[in-house]
Amino acid sequence: MSPAQPTGDPAPRDGRLPASVLEGADGRSLSLYVHVPYCSVRCGYCDFNTYAKEDFGDDVGRLTYVRDALAELRFAEKVLKESGLPARPLHSAFFGGGTPTRIPTDDLVRILGTAIEIFGLEPGAEVTTEANPDSVEREDLVALKEAGFTRVSFGMQSAVPRVLEVLERTHEPANVPKVVGWAREIGLEVSVDLISGAPGETLDEWQTSVEAAISYRPDHISAYSLIVEPGTKLAAQIARGVHTPVDDDQQADMYLLASRLFEEAGYGWYEVSNWAASVEKRSAHNLAYWHNQDWWGIGPGAHSHVNGTRWWNVKHPVPYAQRLRDRSSPAAAREILDEDTRYMEDVMLAARIRDGLPLNRLRAEGRDRTPWLAQQGLIDPQALNDDVVRLTLEGRLLGDAVVRELTA
Amino acid sequence: MAPQASQAPRPATTDPAILRNFCIIAHIDHGKSTLADRMLQATGVLTPREMKAQYLDRMDIERERGITIKSQAVRMPWEVDGTSYALNMIDTPGHVDFTYEVSRSLDACEGALLLVDAAQGIEAQTLANLYLAMESDLVIIPVLNKIDLPAAQPDKYAEEIANLIGGEPEDVLRVSGKTGEGVEELLDRIVREIPAPEGDADAPARAMIFDSVYDSYRGVVTYVRVVDGKLNPRQRIAMMSTGAEHELLEIGVISPEPKATDGLGVGEVGYLITGVKDVRQSRVGDTVTDGKKPADEPLGGYEDPKPMVFSGLFPIDGSDYPVLRDALDKLKLNDAALMYEPETSGALGFGFRCGFLGLLHLEIVRERLEREFNLDLISTAPNVIYDVVAEDGSSMRVTSPSEFPEGKLETIAEPMVAITIIAPSEFVGAIMELCQSRRGQIGGMDYLSQERVELRYRLPLAEIVFDFFDQLKSKTRGYASLDWKLDGQQESDLVKVDILLQGARVDAFSAITHRDKAYAYGTSMASKLKELIPRQQFEVPIQAAIGSRIIARENIRAIRKDVLSKCYGGDISRKRKLLEKQKEGKKRMKTIGRVDVPQEAFVAALSSSEETKDKAKK
Repeated sequence: MSPAQPTGDPAPRDGRLPASVLEGADGRSLSLYVHVPYCSVRCGYCDFNTYAKEDFGDDVGRLTYVRDALAELRFAEKVLKESGLPARPLHSAFFGGGTPTRIPTDDLVRILGTAIEIFGLEPGAEVTTEANPDSVEREDLVALKEAGFTRVSFGMQSAVPRVLEVLERTHEPANVPKVVGWAREIGLEVSVDLISGAPGETLDEWQTSVEAAISYRPDHISAYSLIVEPGTKLAAQIARGVHTPVDDDQQADMYLLASRLFEEAGYGWYEVSNWAASVEKRSAHNLAYWHNQDWWGIGPGAHSHVNGTRWWNVKHPVPYAQRLRDRSSPAAAREILDEDTRYMEDVMLAARIRDGLPLNRLRAEGRDRTPWLAQQGLIDPQALNDDVVRLTLEGRLLGDAVVRELTA
Repeated sequence: MAPQASQAPRPATTDPAILRNFCIIAHIDHGKSTLADRMLQATGVLTPREMKAQYLDRMDIERERGITIKSQAVRMPWEVDGTSYALNMIDTPGHVDFTYEVSRSLDACEGALLLVDAAQGIEAQTLANLYLAMESDLVIIPVLNKIDLPAAQPDKYAEEIANLIGGEPEDVLRVSGKTGEGVEELLDRIVREIPAPEGDADAPARAMIFDSVYDSYRGVVTYVRVVDGKLNPRQRIAMMSTGAEHELLEIGVISPEPKATDGLGVGEVGYLITGVKDVRQSRVGDTVTDGKKPADEPLGGYEDPKPMVFSGLFPIDGSDYPVLRDALDKLKLNDAALMYEPETSGALGFGFRCGFLGLLHLEIVRERLEREFNLDLISTAPNVIYDVVAEDGSSMRVTSPSEFPEGKLETIAEPMVAITIIAPSEFVGAIMELCQSRRGQIGGMDYLSQERVELRYRLPLAEIVFDFFDQLKSKTRGYASLDWKLDGQQESDLVKVDILLQGARVDAFSAITHRDKAYAYGTSMASKLKELIPRQQFEVPIQAAIGSRIIARENIRAIRKDVLSKCYGGDISRKRKLLEKQKEGKKRMKTIGRVDVPQEAFVAALSSSEETKDKAKK
């Protein structure tokens, strides 16, 4: 969730979805995202919708979050049903933030329990929570596992203290292998997140972090390039000259290095920034986004999508809570995508994943550009022979350019 | 002091003996318009309530730049020793680009006020116009203006003027357009010193057109000075250069608003309206005569306006092409010197190759197009006309780099100019250096006084059309003034430098330059473009070439990363909108080969660095 929200049309107070969402609903899965907008401190680079403040008054805060989240779950149940959508068990659930583990573990357990009670879970459904390596205890992980969580994603970011300091991450690098170890013992799948290209980070430092992450043998690794978002503390520091700006060429080198090391260690890419130890360990929730499936996002600023209708909640916890207490939709705005926009999104999302974009989903103008893209080494010529547009390693680095070319 | 005239002489029946026709020769900023305003006030033509500063300069651009582009003529009554006189003040353009129009205005007069800023002294353009006036045998009344300024040095500059035109420093009148001091005395001197016009009242009518202005309500308003005979309302008149006949719908004088009269007689100055819609049908310098009883000989001095500087004008948004075409058609109505024809550029699309009298003319036209018609334009680097003779003896005239022939050439001739620069003597070194770097040959140097020098050079017109004046100003801290006139042709070792992006020639950046300067042009353009063109998905070589020989090279490295790695917790809308924005940005770029070049790159690459700096200062 970014502070800068998209502009959209007004969302109806009753949350009712347009009839267009019904089309093909049986063929689409439903996922749940739960946004917990609380952190103990705010990191310099972060522009997600999160607050270090614990209590906003009016009974809104970290400890009462659960009440409003449960209210939105009930609201979601009602809206989906009244809009005529079939009952679908959850394909996946993901608790992100913020720091989900900043709220009491019992509250996470209650939210998941209520979601299961309302929607049920598909067999083998993936249920993930993000966690901070510094603040999670072994007993918390045990409780989460018992409540039905199957997976935990640790915000590792880097193994180099100097880099963590630039990012203003507070955790002790040694805590990461400890918590990864606990999770594995308990039987949770594990993912770790890395961030490349923090100001001043060298290629060697990045290699250290990548190798450290691999050495913990997680099931899944995400490696994101740092994006300096306007309005963040980091952006201000760069503008003032405290930190050097991010160098895209170096980011490219870091991506190539990480990709090589991951592949050598047996982690296969399945999305531009994601690698998994095996096909089964790919994140089902992550893929639901790229496959353009339906999901409901709970929490302040959370985004939702049901078949071409996207909406996003008000950002601040206070109006968010007030709307739900008034039994009205917490949505700030929504957009009902037209055909061209849906096409654009379809290409944009599918092109990022290893499964790729079937050629027959491209319009003629886009198909005409594929031979040139293959010749430029940006898409895989063999996959193209099988009528699939799949990015090559270089193509992944220029993924947005490829999408612009395909939809020009 | 003389009072305002109690009874103004009636137009059409005014005895030439009580007419006085004069103009004001002055440098920009020397206060011509302010002084004119004072005279209008002193003669009672304009009441103080009607005063609008610089009343005679009509167009916004003129008022903003403080310069006069189009002349006007105002009739003022003034009484001396009990006789009422009619004074016609003809306002002249103040810039070298409009020398021809100045010469026509001078020819409509018997006298001229030489107006000089008492704090600055005479400037090169004023000097040039002064010589023009002296050649036409005009009586010169020297006037120092702005004597109220603390920095005024009237004694010093009176001496300078006396040296130039002869006479005594005491003869130089001292006035202040600001306070009005000396203005009445000046009017008296005009009556006493400037001769009355002479002409044959019984001969067939002959009147010289000294200005022609398009008015959207009335069509073309033509300003004339009657030399012989008389022009009457409803008369059929003929233009002697073309023989075209028109009916006089209205004839009158300006005082200061147009007033219809019973005609205009010998020596009188006024306006005609015939209903024509295009100033080309009523050209400055042409002779108006009686359609039924035409004169045998036209008045001398008529010339077709000749554009000297050419530039391509292209709309930034290609869909504005029809708007640009209509806008040029409209401007043409009021600007006989503006020439244009359609031009197609591979890089810039559809536009027009336009011919101008000079750089100021170009700038004014461009500014009017942008301001009055809301157009965003790219103008290519200005160039001049070259006469090229190929090896096989065939010759051609080149007005744009794209017309420059390939292959071996026998000779290339370029237009030359004679320039005069007046500046404080401390800057002589800097000016000589500048002129030499522009292939100039010194023609002479004279000290006007101990501190002020007049330098004369001959150099190629091409060397002054781009940024010469800006450079001169910056090297002399603004103190130098410049005048130029055409001075034949000269053969030169000229080449065309092409700029290639990924091997594809970008016609908008091609330039014709002297061989010795080709390398400098090529390197500077290549490195400018390297900064201006964003990195692409592939490496883009930028080359400068003469024919097939590469003289400079730069490389834009391929972009290596162009992907947003995170999807912001399902905020697909944001990511999509970012992509859409990037796609929009791409649409606004011109694609050359496969290279996307932003419009700003064209604009920035085609403007001189000095000019850019100058604009930033403003």
